Amino acid sequence: MLSLVLIFIASLFFSGLISRTKSILSGRKGPGIFQPLKDVARLLRKGTVYPATCSFIYRMAPVVYFASVVAAILTVPFNGLSGILSFQYDFVFFAYILSLGKFFCIIAAMDTGSSFEGMGASREALYSMLAEPAFFLVLGSLGLLSCNNSFVDIFSHIDFSSTQALVLGIVAAIILTILNMIENSRLPLDDPKTHLELTMIHEVMILDYSGVDLALIHITGYLKFALYAALVANIFIPLARSFIGAVALFVAIQALSAIIIGVIESFYARYRMNHNPEFIFALTAVAFLVIFSTFCF
Amino acid sequence: MIDKLFYLDGISIWFIAIISLIFALGLPYGIDYIKHYKEHRRAVRWHWIMYFVAFASMLALCVVKHALLFLVCWEFMALSSFFLIIFESWKKDVIKAGMNFFIQSHISVLFLTAGFIAMADLTGTYNFDAWMMYEGDSTLPFILCCIGFAIKAGFVPFHTWLPLAHPAAPAHISGVMSGVIIKIGIYGIIRSIFWFNTNLLTAGYIILGISAISGVYGVLLAIAQHNLKKLLAYHSIENIGIIGLGIGIGCLGLGLQSDALASIGFIGALMHTLGHALFKSNLFFAAGNVYHATHTLNIERLGGLLKKMPLTGLAFLLSSIAICGLPPMNGFISEFIIYTGLFGFMYIPKAAFTIFGAILIIALVMIGGLAIMCFAKAFSIVFLGTPREDLPEEPKEFGGLRTVPMIISVAIMAFIGLAPRIVTNLACEALDTLGIDPGHIAENTKQLGNAAIVFVAICLITFLVRALINRKKKVEVGETWGCGYTAPTPKIQYTATSFVKTLVKLFGVVFGFRKEKDAIKETYPQTPIRYSSENYDKIESALIEKPVKGYMKFTSLFAFLENGKIQSYILYGIIFIVAVCLIALILC
Repeated sequence: MLSLVLIFIASLFFSGLISRTKSILSGRKGPGIFQPLKDVARLLRKGTVYPATCSFIYRMAPVVYFASVVAAILTVPFNGLSGILSFQYDFVFFAYILSLGKFFCIIAAMDTGSSFEGMGASREALYSMLAEPAFFLVLGSLGLLSCNNSFVDIFSHIDFSSTQALVLGIVAAIILTILNMIENSRLPLDDPKTHLELTMIHEVMILDYSGVDLALIHITGYLKFALYAALVANIFIPLARSFIGAVALFVAIQALSAIIIGVIESFYARYRMNHNPEFIFALTAVAFLVIFSTFCF
Repeated sequence: MIDKLFYLDGISIWFIAIISLIFALGLPYGIDYIKHYKEHRRAVRWHWIMYFVAFASMLALCVVKHALLFLVCWEFMALSSFFLIIFESWKKDVIKAGMNFFIQSHISVLFLTAGFIAMADLTGTYNFDAWMMYEGDSTLPFILCCIGFAIKAGFVPFHTWLPLAHPAAPAHISGVMSGVIIKIGIYGIIRSIFWFNTNLLTAGYIILGISAISGVYGVLLAIAQHNLKKLLAYHSIENIGIIGLGIGIGCLGLGLQSDALASIGFIGALMHTLGHALFKSNLFFAAGNVYHATHTLNIERLGGLLKKMPLTGLAFLLSSIAICGLPPMNGFISEFIIYTGLFGFMYIPKAAFTIFGAILIIALVMIGGLAIMCFAKAFSIVFLGTPREDLPEEPKEFGGLRTVPMIISVAIMAFIGLAPRIVTNLACEALDTLGIDPGHIAENTKQLGNAAIVFVAICLITFLVRALINRKKKVEVGETWGCGYTAPTPKIQYTATSFVKTLVKLFGVVFGFRKEKDAIKETYPQTPIRYSSENYDKIESALIEKPVKGYMKFTSLFAFLENGKIQSYILYGIIFIVAVCLIALILC
């Protein structure tokens, strides 16, 4: 329950912090940290326009997308306290419920009958398929490291007394952060600020959404950011001695993730589309190395 | 006497239940489907007789424990399903696919017969019970039988009959065939593991390897397919691979003498067998509806059917969710159990196990991701957007005989997804009769059901909240954003080919394409230029088509003998008789 609250709070600031970092680094005045929230509030007050081609799938998709991320958040533990949904191998459920949300986004994009949205849908399906093995391998190796098989047990039993374990933890954290960027379609895969439909992934899938639905999709995106950062935080929380320390560490890692993503976005250009699969699958290769090294020590 | 010929243990009952369920669902659907073929009365009568012969022979297969009787029932099943497939025997393609099935299923019988005779030679009996008591090594009969069963189940590289037979058969037969007939192969493999005495560790490795390849290969080829039924047929190969992963884990568990691993593997396999029978038959039923409503299975010509056939579309969507292994449907439960087995295997502290386990997990994750891509394509191209071409008649929803079986099947799938403990418990009891203690697997799945229920509840709450916010707001319908282009046509929609283009390029090695195009002669062509590309199965071409071509070439060397002159034929007869007499004289 605590993790749910913490992730919800963190999600309020996450996206704002990214854009704040970007505007500071590029020497602009930029929008304030609460701008994303103001955007959402504005969208919530607006009416909705649906494309004429679409069916009820299109209207259902934002709801399913949001619910899938919330259900995934419910499995995330905090400081030894299990999430509301906690069972053996709950990380499999975590990955699959997120996939369900993506599945609905993809078919909703296809429902509009627009060729641009089809492009985005196709890319989203491909990239998430390529990224998924990395997540399973990271969680699998953390499970090996801690000899446990559910989120709460894995994260509370990682023994950081050896340097190797710490290194592995850091590599796992890096992989999860890159996954965060892939899942949220950020640079270097996808540029959320691009102005050309042909080069978008996530943004182009939601071109036709408006009003409350668009707000829901934005909220889901912010939650997803905080969700993955919370997983990274969970790896290191055993290092904190007290409860206050754990909360502080959580907040620090959330902020750090947002800043790192902002920094990367400021200094990186987007990859060419045909380089993306290589980049994503390389992640799986690194995750495989983690498994090897977990085993070797 | 009865005791010597028949048995009825948990596995038998589990498979009998699946077979009966799918045949029962197929019956009303089939009655309505066959109505389209009123003028072929003899074919229809013959068809229903064979439907029940197939049903009876499959039930018998699950209970006989005498090898020869098993073979007789097997032959009954093979022949009756052959007749079921060639229902539309007036079409040339159908006969061709039917013959392919006929030959391959008899190669399977050949392997089984050889395996059974080899085992009888070792033990001196055809009784399965006696085989289980046999202490000596029986690897050879195990391999022969496994190949025989693998042909029926459709493991790669023995899968080539599947994508041909499924599109040729009527929809309810494709459903039944994919749902249960190929599962008899699975039944056989599970039984073989218990009948024969062999090195179960090696066997487990091989089964796991072949299953992982089957899974990935099946789903990759499915993605490139644009014939809806062929696409579903390739997905059967993928799902057989997933079931095989479960069996492989079970086999390894037996080899390692770990009941926990063995039971989780076998229960995963049993649950996925049931799950696949349900969702795949349902998908074929939906494909049959699409076919009869639009008279085409080429998905590139379809679109926007969800508005015209909402029940069919919804059934297809929910079955797609299930087949992709996504919560809250039943596919997730069985895949989850198999994941549990794979992780359990990976966590055994031995380098080989960990690495092999990790590779298998990557395979299963990729299968899941590719399946999502494939069904996102299939569902959205067929049912979403707007129609891509004008159809001969306006598609409309079918009556209760077709929709009720689909609704029932979806209801069972959702029930297993939301309350998995009840059915998993039955699978555990079935496994218990084989002497493997299933432990707490059923109890553990209960929380999966809870998680799925929580998810559905969040969906409903979000939906209500959104309705509440939208209550007083304007909800309009407008045109899709066309990037400034204001005269969009249905042709502008993304096609299935373009949807999977990047992936097909990425995995280029696996796919083979036959391309045909007219040469461009003029600088400014006046006549339309045709271009078509078709995906083909490289394994099929290497394993079946090329050898057959070579054989035909060899036999054509002797074609001059058949010159149509009766005198020559009499001459051959005389030469033959003389030769026989000469040989007899010389040898005596």
